[in-house]
Amino acid sequence: MAYVNFKDKHYHHPDEAMIHSTTVDLMYVKRDFPILYKPVHNQPLVYLDNAATTQKPQSVIKALYSYYTSKNANIHRGVHSLSEQSTLAYESAREKVRQFINARDAKEIVFVKGATEAINLVAQTFGKLAVKKGDEIIVSELEHHSNIVPWQILCEQNEAILRVIPMSDSGELQIEQLDAMLNERTKLLAVSHVSNAIGTINPIKRIIQKANQVGVPVLIDGAQATAHLGVDVQALDCDFYVFSGHKMYAPTGIGVLYAKKKILETMPPYQGGGDMITRVSFKSKTVYNQIPHKFEAGTPNIGGAIGLGAAIDYLSKFEMNQISAHENQLLEYATNALQQIPELQIIGTAEHKAGIISFVLDDIHPHDIGTILDQSGIAVRAGHHCAMPLMERLGINATTRVSFGLYNTFTDIDRLLSGLQNVLRIFKPN
Amino acid sequence: MNELSELYEEIILDHNKNPRYFNNIPEGSNRTAEGDNPLCGDHYTIHLTVENGIVEGVGFEGSGCAISKASASLMLESVLGKTEMEATELFKGLHGMLTGDRSHESDSVEFGKLEVLNGVCKYPMRIKCATLAWHVLNAALKNTEQAVTTE
Ligand SMILES: Cc1ncc(COP(=O)(O)O)c(C=O)c1O
Repeated sequence: MAYVNFKDKHYHHPDEAMIHSTTVDLMYVKRDFPILYKPVHNQPLVYLDNAATTQKPQSVIKALYSYYTSKNANIHRGVHSLSEQSTLAYESAREKVRQFINARDAKEIVFVKGATEAINLVAQTFGKLAVKKGDEIIVSELEHHSNIVPWQILCEQNEAILRVIPMSDSGELQIEQLDAMLNERTKLLAVSHVSNAIGTINPIKRIIQKANQVGVPVLIDGAQATAHLGVDVQALDCDFYVFSGHKMYAPTGIGVLYAKKKILETMPPYQGGGDMITRVSFKSKTVYNQIPHKFEAGTPNIGGAIGLGAAIDYLSKFEMNQISAHENQLLEYATNALQQIPELQIIGTAEHKAGIISFVLDDIHPHDIGTILDQSGIAVRAGHHCAMPLMERLGINATTRVSFGLYNTFTDIDRLLSGLQNVLRIFKPN
Repeated sequence: MNELSELYEEIILDHNKNPRYFNNIPEGSNRTAEGDNPLCGDHYTIHLTVENGIVEGVGFEGSGCAISKASASLMLESVLGKTEMEATELFKGLHGMLTGDRSHESDSVEFGKLEVLNGVCKYPMRIKCATLAWHVLNAALKNTEQAVTTE
C-alpha cells in the first residue's frame, strides 16, 4: 500500500506520517471537530461525506455562540451599540471572504444562502438582462443540478439555447470543443471548479481564458473547491465565482457570490426589500442601495456570515496548498487501495482530481452499501449526487461516493476498506 | 452486524439476486404503472394481467437497491392468483406494517414470507425502498395513469 514516506523518517502507520506543516500539524486537526468524537452505532464516526457538507470546528461553533450571547442585533440600522457591533462583525466577515478569494474589493462580495442561490441570482439578474432570444449559454456535462436548472429556467424564459461541453469517459471536459461552441451569441459560460460527483478538477483557468478571448463572461461554481484548493479570483479573472459556506466548515445557510464590480454595478436587483434601497417613495423613483447591499434584500444571515468568517480564520491557520496536499495523499492512498478490490470500479479517473472518489461495487446498489457502512459508523453518500446528466452520460444510475476533508486520516480509509469487505461478505458470501 | 442480518435476510438477498418475474411482461398484460423514489433514483414499472378480478399474470422492470428489488419480487410472488381486493388489502396491511400506521391492520391479511420486510422498520431511511413497489402495485390495481412517487 502507498504508505507515505516523510523525508528521512519512516513511520509504521501512515496516520503518523501525516504531512507536517510549518504552522499547524494536520494530524491533530480531528480534535478541533467535536462531532467527530460522537459515536455512530457505537463506533467512532468516520465522516467521508464532506462533499455534501463538512463538519464544523469548535471555533466556528464558538463564534456563533459568542455572536448570539454578546452581539446579536440587526445590522445597518439601529444606532445602539449592539447593532453597531453586529454590523461591524458582519462587514468584517465580508472582508475576510474578500481576502480568502483575493477579490479586489469587499463590495464584490455578496452574501447569499449558498451556491444555489448565487447561481439563481446571476441567472435572474445578469442573465435575464443579457440573454436574448436565440442567444446561448454554455454549461458542462458534469455540473451539479444547481448549475444546470437555473440556466434551463432562464433559457425557457428568454427563449435561449443551453449548450453543453461534453465530458470524456474518464470524466474530463473536452474543452478543445469549446472553441467551436463559443460564438457571438454566447452570453455566459457556467462551469464548476471541481465536480462534486466524480472529483474532476476542471481546467478553469484555460476555460476562462478561452471565453475571455471572445468576450464571454464566465461563472465558476466553486462549491467543491474553496475548502480544498486555493482560489484567487483575480488570477482566474472570472466574472462570477460562487460557493457555499457549509462545504468549507462554516454553518449552513450562508454562501457567497463574487462578481466583478463593473458587472455587479450593471446588474438589476434580485429581490426587493429592506437594506437594498437608499430611498423608497411612491412619488419619485425608488433608489437602490450601493453594491453589494443592493443584492442583499432583507435581514441577512448575520450569524452565518460571522460563522463563515470564523471558518476562514480556521482555514487560515493552514496553507491551502498544505490542505490540498494532505487530501491528495488521502486520494492516492484510497484510490490505490480501492483498486485492489476486483469487484470495484472507480467512476471518474481524470488526471486532476480533488479528494472525491465515486465507485460502483459489482452489482451491489450504493444504498445498500451506504446502509451497511453506516452500521460501522462510516458516513458516505449514495445516489446520483445531484448530477443526473453526468450519470446518464456514464450510463449508471448511482454511485457510492467518498469525499475527504482536512480532518480525514489514513485510518478513516482503512475503516472504509474493512467496511467494504463487510459489504462483500453480505452480498457475495463466497 | 446482527441488526444488519435482520435487514439483509437470506430471502431478501436471494430475491435481489434472482428477482422473480423480473423483466417480464405477462401475457395479456392490461394494467401497468410506474413509480420512482426521487431521493435515491429507484425506478420500477409493474405489469399486471387482471382477468375477472383476479391477478393472473405479473411482471416488473426497473432498477433499485436490494431492498426495493426484493420487495417487488416478493410482492409479485404473493399477489399472483389473488383477487384485486385481496391484493389491495395486502398493500394496505404491508404499508401499515412498514410505516407503523396500523389503522388498516386486519386479521385477514396473511403476510407469510413478506414478514421478512419487517426488518426494514429499524432503518427509517430505507422504508421507502421497501414500499416503492407496493405503491406502484396499488396504482396499477387502480389503473392510475400518472407515475407514483414515494414523496
Ligand atoms: C458543485 C456543486 N455546486 C453547487 C452545489 C449547491 O450547493 P448548495 O446546496 O449549498 O447551494 C453543490 C452542493 O452539493 C455542489 O457540489
